[in-house]
Amino acid sequence: MATATIPPLTKKDFQTDQEVRWCPGCGDYAILSAVQSVFPELGIPREKFVVISGIGCSSRFPYYMNTFGFHTIHGRAPAVATGLKLIRPDLEVWVATGDGDALSIGGNHTIHMLRRNVGLKVLLFNNKIYGLTKGQYSPTSEIGKKTKSTPYGTADRPFNPVSLAIGSEATFVARTVDVFMQHMKDTLKSAAAHKGAAFIEILQNCNIFNDGAWHDLTEKEVRSEHVVQLEHGKPLIFGKNRDKGIKMDGLELEVVQLGNGVTEKDLLIHDEHHPRASYAFVLAHMEHRPGFPTPIGVLRNWGDVPRYEDVVTTQIKDVIAKKGAGDLAKLLRAGDTWEVKA
Amino acid sequence: MATTIETPRHITKEVLDKAVIRFCGDSGDGMQITGNQFTNTVALYGNDLATFPDYPAEIRAPAGTLPGVSGFQVQFSSGDVYTPGDSVDALVAMNPAALKMNLADLKPNGILIVNKDDFGETDLRKAQATSNPLEDHSLDAYRLFAVELTRLTRVALQELGLDAKSMDRCKNFFALGMCFWLYNRPMDSTVRWLDDKFSKKPLLAEANKRAMKAGYSFCEATEAFQISYEIPPAHLSPGTYRNLSGNQALALGFVAASQKSGLPLFQGSYPITPASDILHELSMYKDFGVTTFQAEDEIAAITSAIGASYAGALAITTTSGPGMALKTEAMGLAIAVELPLVIVDVQRGGPSTGLPTKTEQADLLQALYGRNSEAPIPVLAAATPGDCFWMAMEASRIAVKYMVPVILLTDGYLANGAEPWRIPTLSELPEIPVKFVTDPTNFHPYSRNPATLARPWAIPGTPGLEHRLGGLEKQDVTGNINYEPLNHEHMVRLRAAKVEAIVQDIPDIVPVGDPEGDLLIVAWGSTYGAITAGVNAQRALGKRIGHVHLRNLNPFPRNLGEVMQRYRHVLVPEMNMGQLVLVLRSKYLVDAQGFNKIQGRPFKQAEIEGKIEEILD
Repeated sequence: MATATIPPLTKKDFQTDQEVRWCPGCGDYAILSAVQSVFPELGIPREKFVVISGIGCSSRFPYYMNTFGFHTIHGRAPAVATGLKLIRPDLEVWVATGDGDALSIGGNHTIHMLRRNVGLKVLLFNNKIYGLTKGQYSPTSEIGKKTKSTPYGTADRPFNPVSLAIGSEATFVARTVDVFMQHMKDTLKSAAAHKGAAFIEILQNCNIFNDGAWHDLTEKEVRSEHVVQLEHGKPLIFGKNRDKGIKMDGLELEVVQLGNGVTEKDLLIHDEHHPRASYAFVLAHMEHRPGFPTPIGVLRNWGDVPRYEDVVTTQIKDVIAKKGAGDLAKLLRAGDTWEVKA
Repeated sequence: MATTIETPRHITKEVLDKAVIRFCGDSGDGMQITGNQFTNTVALYGNDLATFPDYPAEIRAPAGTLPGVSGFQVQFSSGDVYTPGDSVDALVAMNPAALKMNLADLKPNGILIVNKDDFGETDLRKAQATSNPLEDHSLDAYRLFAVELTRLTRVALQELGLDAKSMDRCKNFFALGMCFWLYNRPMDSTVRWLDDKFSKKPLLAEANKRAMKAGYSFCEATEAFQISYEIPPAHLSPGTYRNLSGNQALALGFVAASQKSGLPLFQGSYPITPASDILHELSMYKDFGVTTFQAEDEIAAITSAIGASYAGALAITTTSGPGMALKTEAMGLAIAVELPLVIVDVQRGGPSTGLPTKTEQADLLQALYGRNSEAPIPVLAAATPGDCFWMAMEASRIAVKYMVPVILLTDGYLANGAEPWRIPTLSELPEIPVKFVTDPTNFHPYSRNPATLARPWAIPGTPGLEHRLGGLEKQDVTGNINYEPLNHEHMVRLRAAKVEAIVQDIPDIVPVGDPEGDLLIVAWGSTYGAITAGVNAQRALGKRIGHVHLRNLNPFPRNLGEVMQRYRHVLVPEMNMGQLVLVLRSKYLVDAQGFNKIQGRPFKQAEIEGKIEEILD
């Protein structure tokens, strides 16, 4: 008996015939390419993938993925995806969103999807600007930023997306950068392996309305001084000559110079499975302090929380197992009834 | 007609064809439970009935005050009942505040039972009463029975070892027992209910049973009333009946639609009065595979339902007016992506938070037109609590057949009101056939069924059907994003034609009453009972009146315009400022006139009759 072998999927299988309509040079192209490269490696049939988005440049993503796709309305992708997952927990659902979509108009859905631990992978394209509406500030724009809607500078304090996710009890929180292709692919794969809600902030360049927003982290000459890569089980080292490290004492972090008696053994060894969310929160916040680098990689990976859709569907199965499948005729006749004779 | 029968022990038993009773008291006095128990008992006896629970928006306003008064009215009869009754024959008032708020509805010489123990100085002050009505002769026009409900209940329960507060919480059952005696009704269904409700607290079950029996015995022993009443069973059409509220009926209807369609039921909802009970009911039916999702807000409630519909579920979202406002953008998405969805709006008084617990019909124009751009949606409305069951099934059927979101309107009066409901057999339920597309050959996400204009339902997980949906304008058939001017006009007209096509499923309307004549009443929703009763009474006087009660508000039945031409006058009573009448006038160029009541309360039969007389006399 011959067994039909299904040829393995390739990147091409995930590309559509639709013309991609992002601006030339947009960081979104790299993200699309990374996702299209990673999906075939996950061993999941193509029809099981669903990509759901809200509104914004990032949210055009589903049109360019040859999977099931749903371009919904502004901010609501996590809620649409939650409904989908509750009915079909077997599907592999990815959400493409941006800093405005996920953190401003859709902030409520983002935090509730994370605290419920719905089994979704969320790609938050953070370019710190509203691109599709042509250049207003976003909830991640730095304070004082001059934009079309803030000619004298913003007065708002920005969100740090990863600390918001950690505060929302997210079970997987990571950060990567559009131009670090290999790091992005590795991060996507780690997220794919996580059962519950996986939140990935992707620092992404909008070369039209906010060009260079991440240059401090991405330009060759300076990035090693400004970025620390988190790797599970490894010490936090950064610097052009890998000569700086981060020490942790209680909840306090300190940047130290290696040498003169200070060795790698003195540094913080990253534990992405650390049982306390406060650990990841301290890491997420270091970038706000002078002299500290911005962490990228997996900040938190906490596997012990059941997926929301599994809890809900198990509850239904348990009730059916206990009471038997519902009988409609019986249900209609439940409670006190009486007969009226002809 | 009343006939008088002499019973032994010098108590007159009078046979009546109907009676209206209202229980009122503080919202902590258990008036809704008392009313429901009385209702169940008369229903089981075979009377036709209609109920009107009326409670404050505050969970517990300060005890004994006017805003804290809660009431429950039921009309029961040996004949047909269409309304809870315009005025009441017997009023049970547990405190001065309840008396003050409800006395105006008691008929002259009506029976008035009050709790004498709650008419102290403090109680009167809380009710803002300047003198004691039990002493100032203001109640002389009624048959007043001032009973020491609190003291007598404590006496009845003294052996049980309960604290005073727990004993006092049973006094509503003492009053209920009195009413059972007054109307010659058995206590056994309430006994069963108490045993079930307090199965884990048998002492409380016993206390309430004793209080009820004490109330009954009190009447028997003291011959307090000198008269009791008998209302014989009604001649309902044969069958098995149960008592059902509108919200319960909706829940059952959606479960039935799920079973008949073979689709799992998904409800996305955010708690809101008066729609929350639908969520409470459906959350119990997990054995029917029902998924209920209490979302973080109204928007997530509808968008999660859209996600579930996309996944192939029978998806519904349930809310009231303020929630409808929040859901409008998502309704547009469901229209654009052509996914089935039922949106239930249990209307309440507005605008804004308005009157959360009071009824109104003022969301009709919102349902018909309240979205950005050209966004047509089929709109249905249930007429009675029991009709909510059938309309839930009909809304589901239309949604999956035409691949459209459907709005189903009910209101607070239908939601909480109850009536005897003849339980249908499964073979009486409509079929709801559904087919997902599975064949990738020539698959296009927006290809059309020529009869219904529906697009195929292609659910994720089906090999070869990968496609993209979205709120952007798309090309017909392929679904590709398309901004061309003529394509947009084509799609706008197509979405409208799809909704219009539903008319093929709507039977022509036949007016109840005179098929032509002097007056046609066109109405919708919960005004059904009062209008039916009013029209019946006025036709009995020889007036030539027809009544059309619309359950399909978009599209209308095909012959509605023609039917309206057969009468000299067209009257449209509505609990709003005139919304259906606006649509009828603009669509049919008919000189229909409105009759409007915006008080958070349903029409009374007398109000309908008064308007008919004003037009025709």
